[in-house]
Amino acid sequence: MTNVLIVGATSAIAHAVARHFAAAGDNLFLVGRNPEKLTAVADDLRVHGASQVQTYQLDVNDLERHADMLAAATAAFGPVDVALIAHGVLPDQKACEQDVYEMLQAFQTNAVSTMALLTLIANDFEARGRGTIVVISSVAGDRGRQSNYVYGASKAAVSIFSQGLRNRLARRGVQVITVKPGMVDTPMTAHMRKGPLFASPERVGQDIYQAILKGKDVVYTPWYWRLIMGVIVHIPERVFKYLRL
Amino acid sequence: MSQTYESWGRYPKVRHKTVIPIRWRNEIPALDRLDAPVLAYGMGRSYGDVCLNENGVLLDIRPLNRFIDFDPEQGVLRCEAGVTLDQILRLIVPRGWFLPVTPGTKYVTVGGAIANDVHGKNHHHAGTFGRYVTQLELLRSSGERVICSPTQNVELFRATIGGMGLTGLILWAEFRLRRIPSAYIEEELIRFDHLDEFFEISAASDEDYEYTVAWVDCLAQNRHLGRGIFMRGNHAEGVPILTPDSTPRLTVPIDFPDCVLNPFSMRLFNALYYHRLRHKRERRLVHFEPFFYPLDMVRQWNRIYGRRGMLQFQCVVPVGDHREVIRAIVERIARSGRASFLAVLKEFGDVPSPGLMSFPRPGVTLTLDFPFEGVRTLHLFDDLHALVREAGGAFYPAKDAHMSPQDFHVSYPQWETFARYVDPHFSSSFWRRVTRGQDLSSVPVFHTPAVSRPAEN
Ligand SMILES: Cc1cc2nc3c(=O)[nH]c(=O)nc-3n(C[C@H](O)[C@H](O)[C@H](O)COP(=O)(O)OP(=O)(O)OC[C@H]3O[C@@H](n4cnc5c(N)ncnc54)[C@H](O)[C@@H]3O)c2cc1C
Ligand SMILES: NC(=O)c1ccc[n+]([C@@H]2O[C@H](COP(=O)([O-])OP(=O)(O)OC[C@H]3O[C@@H](n4cnc5c(N)ncnc54)[C@H](OP(=O)(O)O)[C@@H]3O)[C@@H](O)[C@H]2O)c1
Repeated sequence: MTNVLIVGATSAIAHAVARHFAAAGDNLFLVGRNPEKLTAVADDLRVHGASQVQTYQLDVNDLERHADMLAAATAAFGPVDVALIAHGVLPDQKACEQDVYEMLQAFQTNAVSTMALLTLIANDFEARGRGTIVVISSVAGDRGRQSNYVYGASKAAVSIFSQGLRNRLARRGVQVITVKPGMVDTPMTAHMRKGPLFASPERVGQDIYQAILKGKDVVYTPWYWRLIMGVIVHIPERVFKYLRL
Repeated sequence: MSQTYESWGRYPKVRHKTVIPIRWRNEIPALDRLDAPVLAYGMGRSYGDVCLNENGVLLDIRPLNRFIDFDPEQGVLRCEAGVTLDQILRLIVPRGWFLPVTPGTKYVTVGGAIANDVHGKNHHHAGTFGRYVTQLELLRSSGERVICSPTQNVELFRATIGGMGLTGLILWAEFRLRRIPSAYIEEELIRFDHLDEFFEISAASDEDYEYTVAWVDCLAQNRHLGRGIFMRGNHAEGVPILTPDSTPRLTVPIDFPDCVLNPFSMRLFNALYYHRLRHKRERRLVHFEPFFYPLDMVRQWNRIYGRRGMLQFQCVVPVGDHREVIRAIVERIARSGRASFLAVLKEFGDVPSPGLMSFPRPGVTLTLDFPFEGVRTLHLFDDLHALVREAGGAFYPAKDAHMSPQDFHVSYPQWETFARYVDPHFSSSFWRRVTRGQDLSSVPVFHTPAVSRPAEN
């Protein structure tokens, strides 16, 4: 039986991943900031077959409480085997260009809190010599674009940070998986027009679960985003800077 | 991801002012402050316009798809209203449970199943889906949340079962399941040469078969008129396999050109289908999926009807001179040569529905679809409706885009009582169509006697 910790457990993508763990009868420790939503997710996972489910209320920007949270997760079912960090916000790019506080806030939630959590969890897993850390970054972190570079930069920090962590822990028995979803139909993108490139959270959740089972390093989901980003990353900067992407 | 909000028949085509996805039970906008009437939208598996709300607001409840509680001993399930029957089957079949009643597709939501009080092949034994609902939570536009059950807020419960989404937004429901020994069905197929034979087999199957339905060749004429294949079955004993097996095999990725379904291809298909049975009678063991959901094997099969879409027709003819009436209807359809291959005949039982507006009633129900071909189709519908009307029959709102206000009032004489429970901010294209010319402003609005206590969780 696997002990799974999920931060940002009310995220649509995280819930889709969690349903797979639940169906396998695992234990789930769900962290999020809204208790009613946490209860709704926890009930669903119990019905799906999870052995035990506990919820924990936390605003991830409460950095001082991270250690307590991790201790509570460990106390609940024993050492954590899989930690999934899924919380995130998609800030209004235009607002971030005008307001430094807005911009920093997005960074705080997407990058700073995530790197803080990764540091704590990595040390815990390293000491035990096992565990899998999964962090949801984004394809938006692969290249800076005028339409979305604040979010992109915050995700780029997560990608590079987790990449370094993977390198550090590779020989310590700890797996680090960086997940880069493309566009997913979740509350985060509710305001966007949905084109054919949008994937369902179920599809992305399935990919993430498989990546965990197989012990992948970097996962693009759906897979075609690896091709799309492969092209985008290789456009020369002197051309790229004039594109409206 | 589909951004279009149309019904399964893709007719009529309407525009909506906005669509609001409903994701959390605790985060729903104030419905009485929206500047247009609202309506819940499930999987859009209704054919006509019950799930459409032209120029109004649709509440897309599909993201509201979490389970809440499951008692595997008693077989009682509680879930949010956007959970689909497909999701439920994957959960319960491996644990030896099954839906008490299921329509011919599993891609419908629990909210939709309640709002149309759906029926299945076991209607003569089990009645409608609504009979198994033990409680539900209804959100009225006033913000009030009402727990309705057969013993609590009974009137509103009865109005909501089969209430076509008009009494408010169902947030979650709890209902009873039935035990199954296996995921397989022992099925018997019997070829019949005419309608009289159908009625004989149907009567003989009533007792011993939980599931009965017949496919009729609505294009065969003269001495072949009303030929078809009778299908009956029971959950198989002694096959202890409980796989929910559910991958659609094929998808219709594009709209077919309008010429694909022509009278010739349909006649050919029907003849082939009829002759598929090499013997008069065949027995076989089949998984429940092809037995209950043959059409689900092809995703978006409605696209074979092309852009213009299709019209469904489902009526029930009450017991009495039903044999003659059904014959007259089938004759009229055969003469038109326009029907498609999906014609289904079934005898309803007399198990009462709790719903005030439920469609099923004792008699014979005939269902089929027609490619929409403009006035020609509409004329045929006028004739069919006249035949049903004369016989004192009724039409099924979930399958309708055509009935007149008069047809509706005759099919559902209790409609004025029902109108009292319609939420003042809810409406639908269907409701406006069938109440056209009626002054509903004088209908007193129903208020729940006391504010109900929210459920424990
Ligand atoms: C291939 C096929 C076979 C079928 N076979 C059968 C059959 O055998 N028997 C049968 O009875 N029907 C049958 N149907 C019809 C189908 O079962 C019904 O139309 C069903 O109601 C569709 O559910 P839905 O989730 O798609 O709801 P929609 O079609 O989206 O909506 C149906 C109604 O439910 C209301 N509604 C949906 N959710 C809520 C909610 N949360 N709160 C309040 N109101 C809500 C809507 O407002 C609307 O009035 C069949 C349909 C197809 C496509
Ligand atoms: N959707 C996409 O297209 C897409 C693409 C690439 C990457 N991603 C990434 O995928 C991850 C999951 O997002 P999603 O698409 O599933 O969207 P989502 O359903 O909106 O999930 C975002 C989650 O983050 C939580 N959250 C935000 N700020 C928080 C805070 N301060 N403290 C605690 N929790 C907080 C939210 O909690 P509340 O429910 O309480 O608000 C919510 O559960 C995110 O990291 C996102 O950046 C998404």
